[in-house]
Amino acid sequence: MSLWEYSNPVKFLKLSSRVLPWVSALSGICLILGLFWGFFWTPDDYRMGSTVKIIYIHVPAALMAINAWFMMLVASLIWLIRRHHVSALAAKAAAPVGLVMTLIALITGAIWGQPMWGTWWAWDPRLTSFLILFQFYIGYLALWKAIENPDNAADLTSILCIVGSVFAVLSRYAVNFWSQGLHQGASLSLDKEKNVADVFYHPLLLSIAGFIFLFLALVLIGTRSEIRMRRALVVAARRMPS
Amino acid sequence: MRAVLLRDLKLAMRLGGGFGLAIMFFLIVTVLVPLGIGPDLALLSAISSGILWVGALLACLLSLDRILSLDYEDGTLDHLAISPLPLENVILAKATAHWLTTGLPLGLASPLLGLMLGLPLEGFFWLLLSLVFGTPALSMIGTFGATLTLGLKRGGLLLSILVLPLYVPTLIFGAEVARRGSIGIELQTPLWMLLGVSFGVVAVLPFASSAVLRINLR
Amino acid sequence: MLLSVQDLCITRSSQVLLANVSFDLASGEALILKGPNGLGKTTLLRVITGLQPALSGKIITQEDIFVYAAHADGVKPSLTVTENLQFWADIFDSKDVSSALSAFDLNELKSSFAGLLSAGQKRRVGLARMLISNRLVWVLDEPSVSLDSASILQLEAVIKQHLQNGGGALIVTHADLDLGPRCKTLHLDEYKSKSPVYDHCAEAFL
Repeated sequence: MSLWEYSNPVKFLKLSSRVLPWVSALSGICLILGLFWGFFWTPDDYRMGSTVKIIYIHVPAALMAINAWFMMLVASLIWLIRRHHVSALAAKAAAPVGLVMTLIALITGAIWGQPMWGTWWAWDPRLTSFLILFQFYIGYLALWKAIENPDNAADLTSILCIVGSVFAVLSRYAVNFWSQGLHQGASLSLDKEKNVADVFYHPLLLSIAGFIFLFLALVLIGTRSEIRMRRALVVAARRMPS
Repeated sequence: MRAVLLRDLKLAMRLGGGFGLAIMFFLIVTVLVPLGIGPDLALLSAISSGILWVGALLACLLSLDRILSLDYEDGTLDHLAISPLPLENVILAKATAHWLTTGLPLGLASPLLGLMLGLPLEGFFWLLLSLVFGTPALSMIGTFGATLTLGLKRGGLLLSILVLPLYVPTLIFGAEVARRGSIGIELQTPLWMLLGVSFGVVAVLPFASSAVLRINLR
Repeated sequence: MLLSVQDLCITRSSQVLLANVSFDLASGEALILKGPNGLGKTTLLRVITGLQPALSGKIITQEDIFVYAAHADGVKPSLTVTENLQFWADIFDSKDVSSALSAFDLNELKSSFAGLLSAGQKRRVGLARMLISNRLVWVLDEPSVSLDSASILQLEAVIKQHLQNGGGALIVTHADLDLGPRCKTLHLDEYKSKSPVYDHCAEAFL
């Protein structure tokens, strides 16, 4: 019994159909609790007023935007090394979710930035990096769409994902160098002192957990429908008179 | 490898599109920007290095899909793939040929266009240098993008979408060298970073590109 | 033995075309592969030369032994015939373009641009690349298409000479080429795959 057993599409479908309801439920509970707590049961920030509450969407979305790409990178490597189809399809399924997360982070950022900085958009390193990340997602998805042969598409998008990751990191440093921004430092970090007061911190963690489960649920659903799509193609090819 | 390089140069010269097209496009961009922004030479002078870098990048982008598509369609790449020449070398030769016919001429033409945009005199050398050092990375990344979109219908637009985010570090460091050069402040850091990006890209991407090419030939 | 193919299965876009193809090619031998359109002859050649992976089976051969000529010959219209061939001579590290030119009767055309040649003349330029490559096994996909009868005789003579020198040839053709006594014919129809989708990964999706 090893983890790789679930690289078989059929086994993956069986396992995921059992896991999916739990993940979805957890995501719903965490999100509802976290967001309600955050929106209604926390005080307004003394400086930012009630606008601070957008943090419960903005920060988790931004986190998931980056982590989704990271997950795609790992899945791409697994596909290239071990040739498990589920892995390639999971990477494909994660991309639109990551794209939407990036968009949410950008839009909520703009909405938050308007009252705080007095501008919807600033060419700040973080904002610019997310714009570049957005372009990477678009390119990745466009390449998947453009190639007909599914195995070739999986190979080529995987290589793009790996090369893109290197360039994304490089761009992050380049952009940092290019502009010192308005954006505050990271809201959460493991080694530094907390930047966020406790009252805001706990609902934020809950909401982040909700976003993680939401991401998992969406990727599972996406992967399942990709597998079903491939299955349909195989069936159609069988029926075709040769 | 020399054979591929020389043949590509010869083809570019005979077809005429190689040198001329990119430079013409570069010229058009640098003429259009003042028309759009207004004739204020002080303003233009302040942003001239940026305009020239963006113009050069777009001009470079324009010719990318010609690097490999013809050789793919007429079977040359198939024959090269089973020849004694490693595909990595083929890729490197093709990127070099693209640089010699596009990036280098763009770099050499840039001071002339800088003159039109009122680029300060001390900036000319650094603009030229940054383009000459930066465009190899543009050509190599572009070749990687061209291998990815090989044989796809409407690959041209996709190629731009794929390549543009990859161009970001080169553009930022290159334009920063040119900008700092034009106002005469310290530019060691971006210059070394630009060189680092260029060398790194030329060292690593031929392997990624040839892996992609092998997938696309099968 | 130049080439031994054992139980080869080949696919095109996850459809199995040919299954369990087996044959040997000895030095001095030519093997003609026949079969109807769409059977997978070209794919088979591409698999054997290593351009495409096989689904299963073995190809036992030496390194750097093949040279391949197909519909697309890589002849550049804006280069002259000599320049085209000289390029491949540089790639394959051989000096001798002139004997290849005369073998396919291209001497008169050698300094004209390939773009001005007729289809048959271009074909001859593509085939002349075989001679330049110095490779042992010639893999030819429909070499006689658009050649006139005189050129076909030349092609036969060149291939026979190659076989006499100890080379081998793997030829897909619908024409009847006279390649001498050491020429076998393999009808690929009998290897046609019974179940079109056998792909093990496709199986896994069901």
